[in-house]
Amino acid sequence: MTPLLSVRDLRVSFPTRSGSFQAVRGVSFDLGRERLGVVGESGSGKSMTGRAILGLVRPPGKVTAERLELDGESILNLPERRMRKLRGARISMVMQDPKFSLNPVMTIGRQIMESYRLHSGQGGQAARDKALDMLRAVQIRDPERVFDAYPHEISGGMGQRAMIAMMLAPDPEILIADEPTSALDVSVRNEVLRIMDKLVRDRGMGLIFISHDLNLVGQFCDRVLIMYAGRVVEELPAHDLHAARHPYTQGLLNSLPRLDQPVERLSTLQRQDSWRDADIATPLPGGL
Amino acid sequence: MTNTDLSAAPGPGASPPSSRRGARLGRRMRSLGGLLLSLALTLLGLLLVTFIIGRVMPIDPVLKVVGERATQAQYEAARLAMGLDKPLWQQFLVYMGEVLRGDFGRSISTGHPVAQDLRRVFPATFELAALGTLIGVCVGVPLGVVAAARRGGWIDQIARVVALVGYSMPIFWLGLMGLLLFYGILGWVGGPGRQGIVYDGMVPEMTGMILVDSLLAGDWGAFRDAFSHIILPASLLGYFSLAYVSRMTRSFMLEQLSAEYITTARVKGLSERRVVWAHAFRNILVPLITVIALSFGSLLEGSVLTEIVFSWPGLGQYITKALLAADMNAVLGGTVLIGTCFVALNILSDVLYRTLDPRAK
Ligand SMILES: Nc1ncnc2c1ncn2[C@@H]1O[C@H](COP(=O)(O)OP(=O)(O)O)[C@@H](O)[C@H]1O
Ligand SMILES: [Mg+2]
Repeated sequence: MTPLLSVRDLRVSFPTRSGSFQAVRGVSFDLGRERLGVVGESGSGKSMTGRAILGLVRPPGKVTAERLELDGESILNLPERRMRKLRGARISMVMQDPKFSLNPVMTIGRQIMESYRLHSGQGGQAARDKALDMLRAVQIRDPERVFDAYPHEISGGMGQRAMIAMMLAPDPEILIADEPTSALDVSVRNEVLRIMDKLVRDRGMGLIFISHDLNLVGQFCDRVLIMYAGRVVEELPAHDLHAARHPYTQGLLNSLPRLDQPVERLSTLQRQDSWRDADIATPLPGGL
Repeated sequence: MTNTDLSAAPGPGASPPSSRRGARLGRRMRSLGGLLLSLALTLLGLLLVTFIIGRVMPIDPVLKVVGERATQAQYEAARLAMGLDKPLWQQFLVYMGEVLRGDFGRSISTGHPVAQDLRRVFPATFELAALGTLIGVCVGVPLGVVAAARRGGWIDQIARVVALVGYSMPIFWLGLMGLLLFYGILGWVGGPGRQGIVYDGMVPEMTGMILVDSLLAGDWGAFRDAFSHIILPASLLGYFSLAYVSRMTRSFMLEQLSAEYITTARVKGLSERRVVWAHAFRNILVPLITVIALSFGSLLEGSVLTEIVFSWPGLGQYITKALLAADMNAVLGGTVLIGTCFVALNILSDVLYRTLDPRAK
């Protein structure tokens, strides 16, 4: 069975004065109808990986890969016109902070309708109904009001739910969620994640959940990729996180506070240069 | 404004949408009141300044009226008649009352009341500045938007050169060259002045703007003639306006195009045209309107050289001549008029800001 998304040796580089800087250095993974977590510290290339999949790395950035396939068809460096048909319709993305990722001068309703109308070809009334349905689906209790509200008039948690509603309205197969809760109040984080999780599972979508929070990823994902300096250093099932073998993953785990094993001081993460280029600790299924 | 989690506060505490919109409106009205108050104060300040300038200038207004050879008695009588013996604050109140009634005194160089002179010269300048701004905006805004959307592309390079030339070219020289080429050699446009001799005084005066008046009178010949006279100086002013407007548009657009919501728009699969115009451009409207208003204001006050080159009987020429003739009533009257224009432009851009930006309090 072909996976939804198949990525082999994905690289993203930017030209600099001293040669080229590689933000992503050979990332490989397959995504089925599952929830895949991508964890790593800031700057490890998580967002760039997501943007490369969407074809959103702007020049002078360059994307290369041995393979980048959606449902068995290559989407690597497609012409912009064809890529636009996929974006939003088949692969979509929720970004970090709704304060910045929603257009401040457009009502929430119009922003949701816009993507749905574009990809479904439906008229205004159908799009309006769909937008209200989606707002209900993300458990907004007074959808009419949020529909007519501007982004600055609603809270961050509400904005992120609207964002999820907007991105799921055209029924994509894959959702990339790039730190979707990092900018939110701790009190609403779990709720927003549960809503997103439920929608993604009900629709049988593939989810790429990017985060720097190992706990969250362990809780909401089936499988986890650990990234370091633009590479995947370890891949393992979420329920086996505690059995991680790579010292970086172990370091990440040890620097988390735990209620069941309180310690005087959390250990700080020690990095080693050899991690940058060492092979991944667990080979991908399929003998990669 | 505080963010309220709407779904977290349903039930009795939640207000229906109409009352929220009402609250929005109320807030706007209140701040509009504040705006009007501050504008009234600005105008008061302007009058105070022109009043003081009028008093401290080493020009004796009484002498200007009675002449050099008047007797002491005649001089004193005129001084009393002009109210110059009263305390300054009373004089200021009188001055304010006169200005509010549109009375700026008599111009010593034209012999007419200043208000009447201004009614004649202001429409000429207004017409020229308005057409210049229109040209500057119609070309400058799209140019700036495209330059930003294709940053570093050939349109961007051309826009850069166009603006640079616009900033650095002496208007005097450019105007003369334009006249030489398009009027003298090619004969495409009318020469100096607002109208050809044939049409002079033929159009019944309504607004004082000949383009408008000839349209109102349905006189196409007069309109074509006036247009052929105004198009060259207006293009020239339009070019300067374009240089400024396109640069500002470009930098506003670059800022918006790097914002996160633009990435969102691209993630949705929108066309680049929609991303640029429906999302980014919609967000620069407010600052852009301020820039356009400023540019229009500067054409109103600053087109003296153009008016001289093209023998355009406008406000700039009028004030310059008055200044050289120490005709204080005319100078101060013109100054008050230009100041009022700036205040009016401020009100206009503020009102537009309130209607266009949903975040405006
Ligand atoms: N436009 C760009 N030009 C050059 N380097 C960039 C650019 N965008 C991102 N990078 C670099 O790519 C690396 C990966 O960034 P990113 O994918 O955003 O990291 P993460 O999301 O894991 O925090 C970072 O080191 C960042 O500095
Ligand atoms: Mg990131």
